[in-house]
Amino acid sequence: MKLRTWFLLPAWLSLVLLFAVPFAIVLAYSFLTRGVYGGIELPWTAESYRRLFDPLYLAILWRSFAMALAATALCLLLAFPAALFISRAARHKNLYLQLVMLPFWTSFLVRTYAWIFLLRDTGLFNTALQALGITHGPLPLLYNDGAVLLGLVYGYLPFMVLPIYATLERLDPALVEAAADLGARPMTTVWRIVVPLSRPGIVAGSVLVFIPCLGAYLTPDLLGGGRTVLVGNLVQNQFTTARDWPFGAAVSIALMALVTLVLVVFLRRESEPLA
Amino acid sequence: MAELRSSASAHAAQVLRYYFYYSMAPILELRKLVKHFPGQQAVREISLVIPRGSFFSLLGPSGCGKTTTLRLIAGFEQPTSGDVLLNGEIVNQRQPYERNVSTVFQNYALFPHLTARANVEFGLKRHRATEIDRRVREALELVGLTGKETRRPAQLSGGERQRVALARSLVLQPDVLLLDEPLAALDPKLRKQMRLELKAMQRRAGVTFLLVTHDQQEALSMSDGLAVMNEGRIEQVGSPEDVYLRPRSRFVAGFLGAVNWIGGAGIRPESVRLLAPGDVAPDRHVRGIVTGSVFLGDCVQVLVRLHSGEDTVAQLPRRAALFQPGDPVQLTWSAADEMTFP
Repeated sequence: MKLRTWFLLPAWLSLVLLFAVPFAIVLAYSFLTRGVYGGIELPWTAESYRRLFDPLYLAILWRSFAMALAATALCLLLAFPAALFISRAARHKNLYLQLVMLPFWTSFLVRTYAWIFLLRDTGLFNTALQALGITHGPLPLLYNDGAVLLGLVYGYLPFMVLPIYATLERLDPALVEAAADLGARPMTTVWRIVVPLSRPGIVAGSVLVFIPCLGAYLTPDLLGGGRTVLVGNLVQNQFTTARDWPFGAAVSIALMALVTLVLVVFLRRESEPLA
Repeated sequence: MAELRSSASAHAAQVLRYYFYYSMAPILELRKLVKHFPGQQAVREISLVIPRGSFFSLLGPSGCGKTTTLRLIAGFEQPTSGDVLLNGEIVNQRQPYERNVSTVFQNYALFPHLTARANVEFGLKRHRATEIDRRVREALELVGLTGKETRRPAQLSGGERQRVALARSLVLQPDVLLLDEPLAALDPKLRKQMRLELKAMQRRAGVTFLLVTHDQQEALSMSDGLAVMNEGRIEQVGSPEDVYLRPRSRFVAGFLGAVNWIGGAGIRPESVRLLAPGDVAPDRHVRGIVTGSVFLGDCVQVLVRLHSGEDTVAQLPRRAALFQPGDPVQLTWSAADEMTFP
């Protein structure tokens, strides 16, 4: 075998063992019958897929989609100015980048739990608000859609900041000067020149945030308090309490199909040559 | 009523002032302009008046402060001290988008995501101009780019990109068009052609051009006036003939062309003639030995080592009597061609 083949072997092996084989198993499960105590049994059936179109499950899929979209939009709104600021900073650039990545020093689980302590009825925010006399009685900050959205935006913000920063860093400063020179005020320059030219970073960041948000289950589980069921929680439920492995597998496949669809539509539009 | 009268007289004063500035004040003036960067004095007190409608050049070696001067005029940098005046008005505090000057950047800085037309339209839209279509068409005509409107910068050649950059700025009819080494990115043949075209464009557009370059041929061939800069200062201001023929410093003499230094005087190679040792030399002359010659097509350069030890160059017409290496010669020139410095 050629050297090149040897070098690629680990990548191929891990792709086959860790992706192709598990994917085939999940696909096979989704077409089998639910076992009495969990697990799977013959015969083959498409029953699980038919159940997907139950309005209850369609609603969950739709809610997950909307939640992921909202989280992505909010991340973009927060990340773009931050990335712009860091890329234009004359000094301390590395410090700012370190600050963006600082949350990764602790486990995602711990950080999500920390939000519970901040948001709950006797948490920091509610205690402070009441102590200052701004509110009387605790605000419902935790265990709702808002808390889940906050958790998602918080968790995935760095994945939006970094790719946008990377494209802004490569942006020729002369283009910004040229825009000002031609009479564009700073906001116009950002909107007409900087945003369009950082599109590759915006697209990459959006994909990096949207996909994990769509399948997120830890954040909605902890911060949604079980009330906010997203597709990730649905899958988890089917494999644990509901003991319906074929349906759980079918939901997973549907989720993957949805992600693939979004990526294909999105990236095909973006792959048009720009420059 | 009193209010009305005072506002009317204020208006009249404004009109008068405008008329005064517009007719009398130079289009661009630099007054004791200074710019320090940390650990570096980029511009050390420059004063300069650029006549309205002229093609003016800032010429100097790299690092002489000419680009910084241009950026101070455009508003990309703030002066440490001194003033920039446009039409007699101090514009130090104005942002680049509030100054009626426009820059052609060294690498053109065209917006890569916009077509040639959209690049040209960009400034007009920012100024909420009327008749955008007509003005864009005229600007593209002026620079000779009709038919390439829908191309993106990546689909244009270097020369065409430069034309877009020129059109993009000229369409705004700026008081002064600032050009930062605009020909440096072009290949040599195109560069020579663009010199003539730039000059022609400037005449047709009637806009004051301020060109920054390190290429003395460029500055000499295009400019009505030029300032030679060195180490953050202006060494000399004048017409191309002035600075080339009557340089006021050794630096200017040497930067604008080759110089033979003979006994403290500078003589351009093309002002020198060679005679055989026996001939009667009419004017100034020194003796030397030919050490070589270089054929340049349109002329010949003969290298002569003087008896006093200096190496000199004589630039001669191709048909002038050719000397062989080792031949003794007389180097002669006319006293009028000598450049002397205090």
